[in-house]
Amino acid sequence: MSALVTESRFSDPDRAYRALIEAHRGLSDEESAALNSSLVLILANHIGDQAVLQEALALAKQTMEQTQPASG
Amino acid sequence: MNTRKILYQFGYRRCADQDRPSPSRHPVIVVGAGPVGLCTAMDLAQRGIPVVLLDDADRIGEGSRGICYAKRTLEILDRLGVAGSCLEKGVTWKLGKVFQGDDQLYDFDLLPEDGHKMPAFINLQQYYLERALVERAAELPNLDIRWRNKVSDLKHRNDGVTLTIETPEGSYDLDADWVVAADGARSSLRGMLGLKFQGEVFEDRFLIADVKMKGDFPPERWFWFDPPFHDGRSALLHKQPDDVWRIDLQLGPDADAKAEQAPERVIPRLRQMLGHDAFTLEWVSVYTFQCRRLERFVHGRVIFAGDAAHQVSPFGARGANSGIQDAENLAWKLALVLKGEAPEGLIDTYDLERSAAADENIGHSTRSTDFIAPRSAQELRFRDATLALARHAPFAKRMVNSGRLSMPSTYETPLSTPDSDAWSGSARLGAPLPDVPMRDSSGQPIWLLEAVGGEETLIHVPNGATLPTGKRVLVIGKDLIDVEGLFAERFDTTSGSTYLVRPDQHLAARWRRATPPLIERASLRMKGFEGDYV
Repeated sequence: MSALVTESRFSDPDRAYRALIEAHRGLSDEESAALNSSLVLILANHIGDQAVLQEALALAKQTMEQTQPASG
Repeated sequence: MNTRKILYQFGYRRCADQDRPSPSRHPVIVVGAGPVGLCTAMDLAQRGIPVVLLDDADRIGEGSRGICYAKRTLEILDRLGVAGSCLEKGVTWKLGKVFQGDDQLYDFDLLPEDGHKMPAFINLQQYYLERALVERAAELPNLDIRWRNKVSDLKHRNDGVTLTIETPEGSYDLDADWVVAADGARSSLRGMLGLKFQGEVFEDRFLIADVKMKGDFPPERWFWFDPPFHDGRSALLHKQPDDVWRIDLQLGPDADAKAEQAPERVIPRLRQMLGHDAFTLEWVSVYTFQCRRLERFVHGRVIFAGDAAHQVSPFGARGANSGIQDAENLAWKLALVLKGEAPEGLIDTYDLERSAAADENIGHSTRSTDFIAPRSAQELRFRDATLALARHAPFAKRMVNSGRLSMPSTYETPLSTPDSDAWSGSARLGAPLPDVPMRDSSGQPIWLLEAVGGEETLIHVPNGATLPTGKRVLVIGKDLIDVEGLFAERFDTTSGSTYLVRPDQHLAARWRRATPPLIERASLRMKGFEGDYV
């Protein structure tokens, strides 16, 4: 049974996405990476569920592998 | 390893076994007279088992090495008769502070509860502990310590082991029913058996310096991330006896171990940290560390304990503490098996219980190391984000990891009888009993753990019914008086409550209403008479 919810949950997903973009606007890659690190920690704690966190990590890794160009 | 100055020297002495035409046979030979080997040998000897303890050296060398001894270890040392001298010499502490830069992020108190004989921790140079153990060991008539006896060969037999031992006067053989390998992280017995010692190797180098000075720092554990005096890395300051301070500085993966130990390199670093140079260097060492373990701790009649069986990073003081807890777990089991009071399978529960403890310790120590010495730019970002958040959000404070300090393991073990009643209080099945200040039948103060000692014990709260029978029963209100009511609180007693305690003071079973068959079954189970543990 999946613990991670992947159905859409925001009533206005475009606004949520926009909020993430805006937070990073004007930041260098290094600053963005730092901001994301902080954000991940805050959200992970808010979820507070090791199983959900593991599933989220697995999903993120899986997507990353699929979108990475084949090495060669 | 540094060449270490000799602090205490013991003599090699020829023993009668060297002149016998055929090998003498001993029930137990312990190899390695460090803290773990000494504790194992002493515990066995105190349980009436004759022990030969071999060590390839004849000295205790300088270098404080392991310095933090945890409450549970002190309780074990107390049973072995050496806690008094360790407490007297050691620095008792329980407070820790964690800093980032100049600012304190948080502090912690390791033993906020009163009413325990032993403190949360003491700091003591390892050589003082070893000396106290050697002195006590010398008082035990059935413990035979043989210095400069180096094991050079090991042969399994069906019912034991034959060791070949090199001495300054040539070699001789000894037979043993059981061999305990407590010969340290570079265990030569492990090598002789060709056993793999696998795990994670960390690349960061750390500098340990023991510094003698009159400091006005309190006896607390101070840990810095990014201290102002040691840019971008971590540092630890901890007090030891004799005005010696342990300083631990992270050097990074590229540091040159040899160059970093040179006084002309060390002294300026310390001057920057301490803000003065009114100190002298006692001991300096540069180290990297590993978290690794043997897959199994029991190989036929050879049993591995301490660093020979598992190795952790120093953050959390889990090396010597877990090794001494191995010793206590093994000693009573081996003693019962040798006396024919328990089946040999009981030894497999040493492997089971202490393997789980090793995994717990390795897990903690690995996670602390990940936090203290991040290995990539992103690991560092997570670490720094956690530190930054710790000033604003409680959750992040809990994530800050400067070492999770050694706690005793709670065994999930077939030796425990699962609870059939509900219990609260701080006593937990499979864990060591919480200590309690009590009075004995003559009104004298006594600690619960002193009263329990090292024997299988039943503790019973009377309810007017027939008292339970067992090898040894302590009745609350008669043998032990719960003057402060703390026993009732910590053990969640009701009238009739009965507790079965293992010889290592871990709780094996408890009942609100015990019956003789229940107690009998739990007692047999505790000694390994039921079940298959392999």
